[in-house]
Amino acid sequence: MIDIKNITKEYGDFVAVDHLSLKIEKGMCFGLLGPNGAGKTTLIKMLIGLLKPTSGEFLIAGEKMNRNNTKLKNKIGIVPQHINLDKDLSVKENLIFSTKLYKIPRNKTKQLIDDLLAFCELRSFEDRLTKNLSGGMKRKLMIAKALVNDPEVIFLDEPTVGIDLNARRKIWDMLKRMQDLGKTIIITTHYIEEADYLCDKIGLMDQGKIFHCDTSKNLKKQLGTYTIEYFNEHKNTEYKYFTLLEDAKKYAHSLNDNYLLRSLNLEDVFYNFANKKVK
Amino acid sequence: MEISTILWREFIFFKRRAFKITSQSVITPLLYLMAFGWGLGSDVVIEGFSYMHYIIPGIIAMTTMNSSYGAVSMRVSVAKLHEKSFESYITAPVNMYLLTLGYILAGALRGLYTGMIILAVSYLFKAYIHFNFSFLLICFLNSLLFSALGYFAAMIINNHYDMNRFKSFIITPMTFVCGTFFSLEKMPILLKNFISILPLTHAIQALRGIALKDSYNHISILILLIYFIILYALGVWASYRDF
Repeated sequence: MIDIKNITKEYGDFVAVDHLSLKIEKGMCFGLLGPNGAGKTTLIKMLIGLLKPTSGEFLIAGEKMNRNNTKLKNKIGIVPQHINLDKDLSVKENLIFSTKLYKIPRNKTKQLIDDLLAFCELRSFEDRLTKNLSGGMKRKLMIAKALVNDPEVIFLDEPTVGIDLNARRKIWDMLKRMQDLGKTIIITTHYIEEADYLCDKIGLMDQGKIFHCDTSKNLKKQLGTYTIEYFNEHKNTEYKYFTLLEDAKKYAHSLNDNYLLRSLNLEDVFYNFANKKVK
Repeated sequence: MEISTILWREFIFFKRRAFKITSQSVITPLLYLMAFGWGLGSDVVIEGFSYMHYIIPGIIAMTTMNSSYGAVSMRVSVAKLHEKSFESYITAPVNMYLLTLGYILAGALRGLYTGMIILAVSYLFKAYIHFNFSFLLICFLNSLLFSALGYFAAMIINNHYDMNRFKSFIITPMTFVCGTFFSLEKMPILLKNFISILPLTHAIQALRGIALKDSYNHISILILLIYFIILYALGVWASYRDF
């Protein structure tokens, strides 16, 4: 579905995305995980046509993206990192505006907007101005806007940033429903549990490159099965990873009860990856 | 489709702020009319016309310039830099040259609207000038080109301070040097030649010709049209730059 070949984006001497290659299959939910400044948003901006790559190329649904490729733009939906709603339009007017931008035939507009309002649980707020919506509702509306053209591929750049847990879980449910509809989803996030819950495959990104790309299960397996978390003599938290429980218990025994033994999770993978990169 | 979509969007914006937009757009030209028209109008005669009559075409040209430029530059720069909603237009399957034209048309209509209000107000001041379709056409052309300039400016700036600079160095000087308030005849020749290539000068001359002498300046209309085409092309070019 998406085939990225050796793509690079440079700003003067700074390389934001560095000779990155990646393939994402149809119907997959692919997560990009990485620290701030890793190049995730730059990569997404190139894929949706907001930035031109310095070198390299990519295909989405077999087509090259450029700002004039209206056919390809019709196949993608976008939920950017920042709230980009028209603040002085109501919820419904925002959706009407999107249907106009995406040239949806007028006889289909009413039904489509009704369906999207129901899908995003915004029907009772349809006449409210978007500037008066809560953060969670704004995010839901952005997702609804991204779905007006029934896209094959949906790009979500940190779709749940800055919203409460309840609203986040509801957005996860929406994304799961989108997966069930066979959409290809590319999501960047800082929330490890979000990537773990939603993504079929995860790319660990830093310094413009993807260093590891696998399923959450395999990424965890590479590091181990158990984690011991403890304070060292400088009161800094240390982590040790083990494949066998016996080995973990043996090591824990030497720590004088000052530890936590638990199953290894994706956060450990990310922490270990990010820390190694820093070192 | 893109044009009607942007016009629909901008009409909603206008409808919800009609009073604010109207009052803000006409207050400065009204003050000019009162100060120069009432204050000086009865004592000063320029080129054989009372000062009040002389400045009305200039003030209408100036108002259409300010209003159309401000309408587009503010809307697009806020959508691009602050609200970030402009990105969603670019990533939608729209033709950028039509989207650009939609914004420019919306701005030009705002310019024309305020220009016509000033014309109506001038009648309240009992300053009757000759008005016909060509007068309207020149007002619209002037609005179009400054709307295109506003779009181009909004697309190339990186922050709101740059927008102020654009206005300070391009729009404000034109307000005062292009013959809005005085005849250019007594200007030093070099400065006069420079001023004579500026678009507002041509808009004022063409409007003044119709309003006071019922004479038509086709060259000025052509120059305004050329300015519009160049600025529109620059706006389209700017729409394809990185975001």
